[in-house]
Amino acid sequence: MRYSALRILSQGLSGNRGWERIWRDPEPKTSYDVIVIGAGHGMAAGYYLAANHDVRNVAVLEKGWLGSGNTGRNTTIIRSNYLLPENQPFYELSLQLWEQFEQKLNFNAMVSQRGIINLFHSDAQRDASVRRGNAMLLSGADAVLLDEGRLRKMCPYLDFDNARFPIRGGLWQPRGGTVRHDAVSWGYARAASKLGVDLIQNCEVTGLVIEQGRCVGVETTRGRIAAGKVAVCVAGSSSRVMKLAGLKLPIESHVLQAFVTEGLKPCLPGVVTFGAGHFYISQSDKGGLVFGGGLDGYNSYAQRGNLPALEDVCEGAMAIMPMMGRARMLRMWGGVMDMSMDGSPIIDQTPIKNLYFNGGWCYGGFKATPASGYCTAHLVATGTPHEHAADFRLDRFQRGHLIDEKGAGAQPNLH
Amino acid sequence: MIIDHPLLGPRDAAEFVYLGDASLLDRPHWQDPEAMGKFYEYQYLRENPAGELRELWYHEQGDRSWLVVTRDTTTHAILCVELAREVARRQQVSN
Repeated sequence: MRYSALRILSQGLSGNRGWERIWRDPEPKTSYDVIVIGAGHGMAAGYYLAANHDVRNVAVLEKGWLGSGNTGRNTTIIRSNYLLPENQPFYELSLQLWEQFEQKLNFNAMVSQRGIINLFHSDAQRDASVRRGNAMLLSGADAVLLDEGRLRKMCPYLDFDNARFPIRGGLWQPRGGTVRHDAVSWGYARAASKLGVDLIQNCEVTGLVIEQGRCVGVETTRGRIAAGKVAVCVAGSSSRVMKLAGLKLPIESHVLQAFVTEGLKPCLPGVVTFGAGHFYISQSDKGGLVFGGGLDGYNSYAQRGNLPALEDVCEGAMAIMPMMGRARMLRMWGGVMDMSMDGSPIIDQTPIKNLYFNGGWCYGGFKATPASGYCTAHLVATGTPHEHAADFRLDRFQRGHLIDEKGAGAQPNLH
Repeated sequence: MIIDHPLLGPRDAAEFVYLGDASLLDRPHWQDPEAMGKFYEYQYLRENPAGELRELWYHEQGDRSWLVVTRDTTTHAILCVELAREVARRQQVSN
């Protein structure tokens, strides 16, 4: 189904009764060439398998409904402002795919490149921002160093003269921004469905069928389905699903909370992040201030957190934007993050033949959705890793080739 | 979350620092012929269960003791709290 102004007009006049489903809702077949588990990054992988590699006999299995997992539990920020050479080109690829998303898929995902500013508060942090900005420029991304004078003009509401953390400037990526998160999965689902990919919702995987060291299918709540290849893209549930194959992962699942205030008039033009604590904020198109901070810090699958993390995040808010103190908080939610041991993701084959793993996204999974699907599809279809995801190997911890952006060591709740 | 400290009674979890899975108490021996592989598993691989997990918490804002807390990761319910040194001593005796 395609949308047009004429269609909206005619539907409006006829009581909006003619809209149909925008993707098919098929019964699972008995066998597929590729089964992708999880319809977040997995939905993107399903689309790119069909669109880029002409692999169309594909099923994407989702245990709940489309967008019910972490796709619907994030702060919708997109950016490519990483430092390390293993990460930055990958996230830049992702940002470029975001820029093409709406035209390619003919779906309004409200990709809004309103810019992201990482604040710095000291000379040392300024130097680190210069270094990061240079790394971004080297990868082909954009980066602008803002001094205090320029930043004061752009964001006059920040607490520049805070006694503890005075704001000295920021590293700005004008191409960063936000995307309507649900529309991402809807856009991919519609495009993939049109190319013949089956999206099967309410279908939880309960077992992986492994015969003589190779994966040949999955057991689900809707029966057994045979598969040539299986790709697991289940983020927070990675350890649970891979345990079905007897694999132990370098991952812990942690809860991360996010918060929204009541709707306000436009006051915040882009995304702003605090440099001296963990806090980031943007304003949604509905007007609510969407913000979050660090993890609660303990393993959790509960999809909800506790109040100490909320207090810490609000302290961060008050430290840089005291005007927020008057806003009422509307709601909060928690998502389950697959925190890897070095803070970077994994897109790789597993020791079990024809079983592929995509995970360890920590709390940076949303922005990675297009590139993650793109590179997973490339790996599954060709058997070789995509050049921008070639370092995201499962065995890198054993080899000592860690990608530790923060230098925090093997302590997942610190990444 | 309230952690019922064996010596100090109920304390707010915010007083504690979280380290992770209590399997970190079972450090491999450095002279083990398979030490390389065992240290990799010890350092990087985790069971990460959805359900009961034994984990290490450090009472940094209190008496600085290490605790082994058994907690359900799906509900955050705390099921058992022990002093880590007593757990470690028991393990040494049983080994």
